[in-house]
Amino acid sequence: MSEYSIINTRAPRLDAPDKATGRATFIDDLNMPGMLFGAILQSPLAHAKILNIDTSRAKKLPGVKAVVTAEEAGLVKYGVSPARYDETLYCHEKVRYVGDEIAAVAAVDLETALEAVSLIRVDYDDLPALFTIEEAMVEGAPALHEGFPQNICAEVHQEFGDVEAAFNECDLVRTDKFISKRQDAAFIEPHGCIADYDLSGHLTLHTSTQVPHYVMRTVAMVMGLPVGDVRVVKPYVGGGFGPKAEATPLEMSACILSMKTVRPVKMNYTREQVFLHSRARHQFIHTMTTGVKKDGTLMALKNECYLDGGAYTSFGIATVYYAGSLLGGPYKLPNMKYDGWRIYTNKPVCGAQRGHGGVAARAAWEHQLDIIAEELGMDPIELRLKNVMVAGDTTCNELNMSSLGMKECVEAVRQGSKWNAKRGKMPRGKGIGMACGFFVSGAGYPIYRSDTYHSTVLIKLSEDGGTVNVYTGSAEIGQGSDTTMAMIAAEALGVRLDDVRVASGDTEFGVDLGAYSSRQTLMTGHATKEAAEDVKRQVLEVLSEKLNTPVDGIDIKDGLIIFKSKDVDFSAIRARYIKEHRGWSDLPRGNDLTFREAARTAYLARGSIVGTGKYKPPELGGKYKGAAVGTSPAYGCSAQVVEVTVDMETGKITVDKMTDAHDCGFAINRTSVEGQMQGSLCMGLGEAMFEEVKFDEDGRILNANLGEYKIPTALDMPNVEAIIVESNEPNGPFGAKEVGEGAIIPTIPAILNAVYDATGVRINELPLTPERVYMALKAKVEKGDTRD
Amino acid sequence: MKRLITLTVNDKKYEVAVEPNMTLVDLLRYELGLTGTKKGCEVGDCGSCTVIMDGNPVNSCLVLAVQANGRDILTIEGLETDEGLHPVQQAFVDKGAIQCGFCTSGMILSAKNLLDRNAKPDEAEVRMAISGNLCRCTGYQKIVEAIKSASGWREGSGKSHE
Repeated sequence: MSEYSIINTRAPRLDAPDKATGRATFIDDLNMPGMLFGAILQSPLAHAKILNIDTSRAKKLPGVKAVVTAEEAGLVKYGVSPARYDETLYCHEKVRYVGDEIAAVAAVDLETALEAVSLIRVDYDDLPALFTIEEAMVEGAPALHEGFPQNICAEVHQEFGDVEAAFNECDLVRTDKFISKRQDAAFIEPHGCIADYDLSGHLTLHTSTQVPHYVMRTVAMVMGLPVGDVRVVKPYVGGGFGPKAEATPLEMSACILSMKTVRPVKMNYTREQVFLHSRARHQFIHTMTTGVKKDGTLMALKNECYLDGGAYTSFGIATVYYAGSLLGGPYKLPNMKYDGWRIYTNKPVCGAQRGHGGVAARAAWEHQLDIIAEELGMDPIELRLKNVMVAGDTTCNELNMSSLGMKECVEAVRQGSKWNAKRGKMPRGKGIGMACGFFVSGAGYPIYRSDTYHSTVLIKLSEDGGTVNVYTGSAEIGQGSDTTMAMIAAEALGVRLDDVRVASGDTEFGVDLGAYSSRQTLMTGHATKEAAEDVKRQVLEVLSEKLNTPVDGIDIKDGLIIFKSKDVDFSAIRARYIKEHRGWSDLPRGNDLTFREAARTAYLARGSIVGTGKYKPPELGGKYKGAAVGTSPAYGCSAQVVEVTVDMETGKITVDKMTDAHDCGFAINRTSVEGQMQGSLCMGLGEAMFEEVKFDEDGRILNANLGEYKIPTALDMPNVEAIIVESNEPNGPFGAKEVGEGAIIPTIPAILNAVYDATGVRINELPLTPERVYMALKAKVEKGDTRD
Repeated sequence: MKRLITLTVNDKKYEVAVEPNMTLVDLLRYELGLTGTKKGCEVGDCGSCTVIMDGNPVNSCLVLAVQANGRDILTIEGLETDEGLHPVQQAFVDKGAIQCGFCTSGMILSAKNLLDRNAKPDEAEVRMAISGNLCRCTGYQKIVEAIKSASGWREGSGKSHE
């Protein structure tokens, strides 16, 4: 029996009824009086000089209210990492990819805006375009950005321990190359926004974002406004998964157009523009060399990675660091060397996507570990168990595992999947594979260098005492953070879940860095808990004064006041409350004083009762260059087992069953934790099996739609046996940590390893299309390898 | 040149003048204010704009408003009754089948349509019925569970829901 009333249950989400009935408002559901519609002109060429931009015909079109180019918008450089601000809102000297923004128009309706866009004439002078890492890195290749020879956007060189020396002590050292493909996050709601600038100089941006705080800052910087004059408000958001974690040209275009016209301006990306804006998963090419002892002890890893970044940096500096740092655990690995290069190419920009930087790296390594296990004659699970870290361990790159149920996860999936009964006993064409992974529970540092709190939360009790209002800038994007915060607040304060109302996603509610790096449960959760405790303390203090009983003799539980002493007389409080509420039907009765009466009493004594909470991680991690990327107050981890059927004639893979165990510290909402696990595995399955953004020879996306860019349907995704492992994280609120991204990390390699088990063929390149699998099977037959 | 059409949406008759190139989803969302129907792709790939037209689920982005002339349309706003949420809606709430909620309207209508045709679908039939509705959040499992549990409800109660 849990000591808690609210958390660790399966409470239905607060927003579910509104979403089930179509009431929940997403950005495109909003309209404002006098609203204009905006559209963007994007480059049709991958790399070209801009000779001239003529907007005169567009400006003359009836119904057009504003046309903006770099001339009007200025050339303020922005981006994600201040170390690499390399974008301007509109291109001025040249365009760098098909989709690069050149101009924007506001008009009375969308048709007119689109027509005006088509009337803008741009004269270009073609430049040689670079579409692959190899082309872009050639000595003397044309530079996308001045000052970046060989188009190296960022490079990382780290060594922990001494890898070469360790290899010399190894019984087995092997090198494998692994190639993933560029992906799209394919959230179902395209980005949209409405910017609303008023004559008193305030700009309000309603937008489908994961990060209202960062968007506020970027918009203020680019528009030249004080931060205090910019308010960002997030309505319900139809998924983000990473690409909505930065300010977009769409948002900033709406802002500048609204400032020019002093009217609200609505803008949406089409699905094609979502692909063009991208900011989704990079292509990674990893070459890994791993050394082990005969008994399976991991000794050293040398990891070399090239990332195809696209035309600008976006989150890319963090990505290239994560592609190394996220292999530090969850195994004891004393020596690790990482060399990473992120390369500019003339393609849409890659950024952060679920499992940021760690997904392909983990796929490459866990696939290789499977090969090593086989060469050592070890069960892949035994190899992992031989090396897993435990709580209290620190990785060679100084990530501290303050809690880590890795071993428990491995054991859970071994049992849950009936691994021992199946492994090695399945017929040809059927296979079982496993993999592990871990992920941060919130980035240890903000994206811009600052001592800012990562989250501040306000809780205000309604003056009648009946409602607990939580105000947070955090971003509910579908993951259930509003419900999580309501549950944490209710538990910490001692009220019922129904008594709590959450208002979120508004920069006026406080600072919150937003929904990225799986941070909100831990960080916003901490701030929420602290604010609730602050409110509770204030209410108890007033009760103590009024009832002449010590504070530590009073508690609040399930909406009722609990007195240690039996002879506390609260009849005066009740009498006054009833007197104030003559005519109400639900007046408090019974033997217990209610929270409502207590909170009302507190208001009458002190005015509005407001509690505040804040969270900032302690100083974390190492001092080496790049140490910030990968440090976190806590790490979630997971193990997965996947079973597949491979059609040996056609190469078609069916994923039959998935078993996933995830250590989320302590589950605040068990249903939401399972939902994150199942959703993560589904995205991982898509990335393993079908997902690849493809280009033609001119740098245009060939499959910028959800018909040809295939994400899993209900027919592709099997049921997942989701096993929640709880390790009680000391740095988490109520022991909680992440689940939203870590769960995707082992999926791809578990599938790769299952495919090998089914076919005897190793495939080192994604996605596992029937064509790729068929060719690999064919090559094996031609090589005369008859091993099944 | 606008054309006058008449159609029934959620049991209410409308007479509206529409441009010949206006889609049904835009008519519902922007002219009739029924924003529960979502637009995710506008080319019939994602299923977020699913509505029921004369008893069949359709992608309302692929139906012109003029093609809806004389038709009977059911959108997500038409599912609740005086008794509360439709059992499929309630099951989605209870089973945790909703995350971001953007696919939910279309998903619920596809599910409702399945249960109208087949009161006791097996899991394969459930999955087939929603295979035109993309969801990127849930992995579909809790959606499938919700639909199965809603069909169980029908079995027990013997009521029919139109």
